[in-house]
Amino acid sequence: MTSDVNRCYFVNLHKTQVTNNYSQPATASGPAPTLSDLARAVRRQSLRMVHRSRLGHPGGDLSSADILVSLYFGALQVDPAQPCNPGRDRFIMSKGHCSAALYTTLALKGFFPWEELDDYMRPLSRLNGHPNRSEVPGVEANTGPLGHGFPIAVGAAMAAKMDHAPWRTFVLTGDGELQEGSNWEAIMAAAHYGLDNLVAIVDRNGIQQGAATETIMRLEPLADKFRAFGWAVREVDGHDCDALCQVFRAAPFEAGRPNCVIAKTVKGKGVSFIENRAEWHHHTPSDAELAAALKELGEVSDG
Amino acid sequence: MADRFDCRDAFARTLECLAEHDHRIVAVVNDSVGSTRLGGFSKRFPERLVNVGIAEQNMVGIGAGLANGGKIPFVCAASCFLTGRALEQVKVDVAYSLANVKLCGMSSGLAYGELGPTHHSIEDLAWTRAIANLTVIVPADPTETAQAVRAAAEMEGPVFLRLSRLPVPEVHPPDYRFRIGHASVLRPGRDLAIVANGTMVCRALEAAAMLAREGVSARVINMATLQPLDRDTILDAARTTAAIVTVEEHSVRGGLGGAIAELTATECPVPMRILGIPGVFAPTGGTEWLFEHFGLTPQAICAAALNVLETKVRP
Repeated sequence: MTSDVNRCYFVNLHKTQVTNNYSQPATASGPAPTLSDLARAVRRQSLRMVHRSRLGHPGGDLSSADILVSLYFGALQVDPAQPCNPGRDRFIMSKGHCSAALYTTLALKGFFPWEELDDYMRPLSRLNGHPNRSEVPGVEANTGPLGHGFPIAVGAAMAAKMDHAPWRTFVLTGDGELQEGSNWEAIMAAAHYGLDNLVAIVDRNGIQQGAATETIMRLEPLADKFRAFGWAVREVDGHDCDALCQVFRAAPFEAGRPNCVIAKTVKGKGVSFIENRAEWHHHTPSDAELAAALKELGEVSDG
Repeated sequence: MADRFDCRDAFARTLECLAEHDHRIVAVVNDSVGSTRLGGFSKRFPERLVNVGIAEQNMVGIGAGLANGGKIPFVCAASCFLTGRALEQVKVDVAYSLANVKLCGMSSGLAYGELGPTHHSIEDLAWTRAIANLTVIVPADPTETAQAVRAAAEMEGPVFLRLSRLPVPEVHPPDYRFRIGHASVLRPGRDLAIVANGTMVCRALEAAAMLAREGVSARVINMATLQPLDRDTILDAARTTAAIVTVEEHSVRGGLGGAIAELTATECPVPMRILGIPGVFAPTGGTEWLFEHFGLTPQAICAAALNVLETKVRP
């Protein structure tokens, strides 16, 4: 058996012609869009997708938009033309229910055509309600059930360590998701194996499906918990793209320790009537609500 | 009596041999180095043995992540915990994700005997067989175990290997070639077919020898790959013998017997007897005692064969 490190592990990826030339959403002419502009585009498009399909998780899509954009445009070493490059950074979206924000960010980055976002959740679309790595270029793990992405990220980071490879692994979890015990198995293992090439980001918006996380099942003191497990922890404003990029680039924070970024976010960020409302976890907007939301988000056509 | 072997030794020897030639081979265990016989592997390739402690969900997820990073992980644990505790990870992280992970369920079936139903793994084949994309292999002897481990490493994609700790004799000739998805006919026969896998294959052969003394010609089929099923071999047996007995160290619900019955019921219905654990939690008892208790002996297989012959529709 020979080693073939360039082998593409995405079994079905041959179906996909990957180019970098997909159309991008319209941005105002003039200066290049900032990361915040891109995040707003992700928010607008995610809401359009959730509205059209009448399905999705808009609260979490909106809270994670700045984190996703900062990762893909300010931290991750990934090339949409080579989605299976063995030396790429891995990003694992453990909160797979926020697929609209993930797909929009991947399309923005050029992994697949922006127009395809219109197919979100349509019959036979590869843009399923939860991401499938065998179908969608750029997706690293099939997630949806909570508490799965963290262990997968630990395994990926271990593989890089075994090969003394420089690529890093990032995983984004929801905060309510941390109630799943499998995360804490992974958190323990990452510290035990000294995975300083792993960055776990917690989208700390404070609200889960039913109510506030602290009402349903208390997570605090969350940073202390990660520290007690042996992690290096940074807390940042999860809507400050510059701060996010800075902290992502700064990892490893301490040699030999895995990195935790607790991103303080607002669920439903950017739309006044969605912000901090648990019912918008998977509520979908009416026509009027979509129009009002897009207006608040500085509506442009986005392609 | 023929020499008997613990197939875990063939498993571990083969894995070490593969690891020697392919740096992508890694082992993931849950504090189970001893019971998976990976002591030698851990000494020779310490940097490629990941011990996750007692944490099966994390173990399977880490396997999927290692595969994402280009490794070929063999995730090894007692089958009851690997499949029962981490079933969602097996389904989502491995099978649905088409991750190149090799799940090795050790000490399956009733191997833990007196330790009881918590440690018996008599549902694992029903669970894994129901999951899409997952190749399910149940080797019968050391020769087949070694080849199955090699075949699992060589194929790209998710595999569940169900292994036992019970000593079994070699049932295959030295020149046997295991191929995924192909059953082997170990004994020709025309009156009925006995289909077995794993630890039950040697018992099926003994039963066939007993039947021969009574003038009954029983074909013995080793169904080492449960998923994907070798339809041709089964349908040929159904058409030419017109009676089938299945034998498995597993619940009668959803395992080998279920798989064969699903196929024959729709394609070529024939009288069947499904031998296994009859949908109950086992009482306290050693493995051999439980085999007697549940009729998983050559004598009981023989009796079931004679019984099914009585209901056979004769042309």
